[in-house]
Amino acid sequence: MHPALSVIFFTVISGCGYGLLFLLSLILLMQPALLPRSEIVTLLALGALASVAGLIASTFHLGQPQRAWRAFSQWRSSWLSREGVAATASFLPVGALLIAQWQQTDAMPVRISALALMLLAAITVYCTAQIYASLKTIRAWHNVYVAPGYLLLGLIGGASWLLAWHCAFDDGCPDIALGSRGLDWLVILLCIASALLKLAYWRYIDTQPLPASIESATGLGRYGAVRSVEAPHSEENYLTREMGFALARKHAARLRRIVLLLLAPLPIALLVIAMLMRSNAEVAALGAAFAVTLGLFVERWLFFAEAKHVVMLYYAPRGERA
Amino acid sequence: MTMLPAPTTKKLGLVIDLDICVGCHACAVACKEWNDGGQFGPLPDESPYGKEPLGVWFNRVHSFEIEPAQKNASAMTVHFPRSCLHCETPDCVTVCPTGASYKRAEDGIVLVDEDKCIGCKLCSWACPYGAREYSEQRGVMQKCTLCVDRIYNESFDEIDRQPACVAACPTRARHFGDLGNENSAVSKLVAQRGGYDLMPEMGYKPVNKYLPPRPRRDGGSSTTSSSAAAEEKMDFSTASPLLRWIDKVLSR
Repeated sequence: MHPALSVIFFTVISGCGYGLLFLLSLILLMQPALLPRSEIVTLLALGALASVAGLIASTFHLGQPQRAWRAFSQWRSSWLSREGVAATASFLPVGALLIAQWQQTDAMPVRISALALMLLAAITVYCTAQIYASLKTIRAWHNVYVAPGYLLLGLIGGASWLLAWHCAFDDGCPDIALGSRGLDWLVILLCIASALLKLAYWRYIDTQPLPASIESATGLGRYGAVRSVEAPHSEENYLTREMGFALARKHAARLRRIVLLLLAPLPIALLVIAMLMRSNAEVAALGAAFAVTLGLFVERWLFFAEAKHVVMLYYAPRGERA
Repeated sequence: MTMLPAPTTKKLGLVIDLDICVGCHACAVACKEWNDGGQFGPLPDESPYGKEPLGVWFNRVHSFEIEPAQKNASAMTVHFPRSCLHCETPDCVTVCPTGASYKRAEDGIVLVDEDKCIGCKLCSWACPYGAREYSEQRGVMQKCTLCVDRIYNESFDEIDRQPACVAACPTRARHFGDLGNENSAVSKLVAQRGGYDLMPEMGYKPVNKYLPPRPRRDGGSSTTSSSAAAEEKMDFSTASPLLRWIDKVLSR
């Protein structure tokens, strides 16, 4: 599939934004008074800004962006519509939390808003994943790894930026209590989990055949092996441009190694060194956040570029299975 | 509304006979022509006379070669028109976020309301048959309408109320009708010739059916020229006296 930059930017940035909002809500839910108010406000604004930026970016690949409001209407059947509704709805608890910080309200309204934001952030990212996972035509997307992948990668993006900002705010970067564990340990854990999940995903898509064959696509398999001898058109068309993108497959192995390096060993090494040295935590955390984000961009580019669409069967000569 | 309607009783669609399609592309050209000027038009090209012409076509004619499983059997070439199959349970409709994509309850035709479409292209990703193409010029998705502006057009003579591709086909390889009605001519044709669905395993229940190529007259087996001469049995008893005399002379 053709990797549209606007869609890659949208899924990565808004995923990170919702990951950040999810973790921040978790902290507010458990200990509403843990973080200073200025930090809560900044982080809320940052998370909301990321999701707004992502939503705006996503309209850049539309042919008629001025009609984008129509996309809120079909939530009963369309994951894309559901995603738009959930993403917009999540701004309500963000606003409520901002007002609560301003008004210095009791813990209870903060906790309720935080719980709502946690749920909506998770639902939004799940809907994003389901836009792709619901497409039966694309084997690399229509599988059980895609939704956990989007959720986990959104979480690691959010966690790494939360850590980086927290370190920038609080000199020396003491642990943020998340239950009994520190946020730095959470980032390290999420890094390992993300890398393992991507490995499992790649192993899965490498072994899965397309959901159909050229024989069933033409119904001519009963006579023998089918191959295309002449395409309907001499030049490219929309289908071959959009679905026939094959550039990435040449470099897939190398790009996968880059993703793994940026998602796990590099950020983990930076954080562990800072933890051992007990200094330069803000530099290490910022470095880890940049590494993870860059890794997410490459990962998302591969997610699109590696995916094969079943329609290309009609164009594939024998041996080149779409 | 992008929820699918209850299963429609009327299922308008096409039956395409791969046995007699000669791959002339007349259907594709007639489709393009009608939809450039019909009520749903224009169907513009991005660069019709440029170096790399690009544009939306609702109908594309592929050519496939079949290498038979058994040895010495001759290869077959099959011309294969590909267009929207107006599926009974299409994902292209349900994934649409705006309601621009819809399946008509009254006759099952799948259409795009181009005034509602935001051009997100998701429907084209959901279709395994490549039936939907995006128009760069109009910024919306376009697809076969089954010539809905012809088939109900009362200003046309009855005989002309059929899709442009069907009307144009010089070998009558394309048939239009109600596949929901068992007694319609197209349904009988499908039953008689073993019409089938494309990619049935995807589960979209296409309405359009394809008729398989008939077995070749030589049974699909090719023979070498020398053995062909030896095995040929010609009956000259019904031939003209002149031919019989020539056969007699040459057979000495």
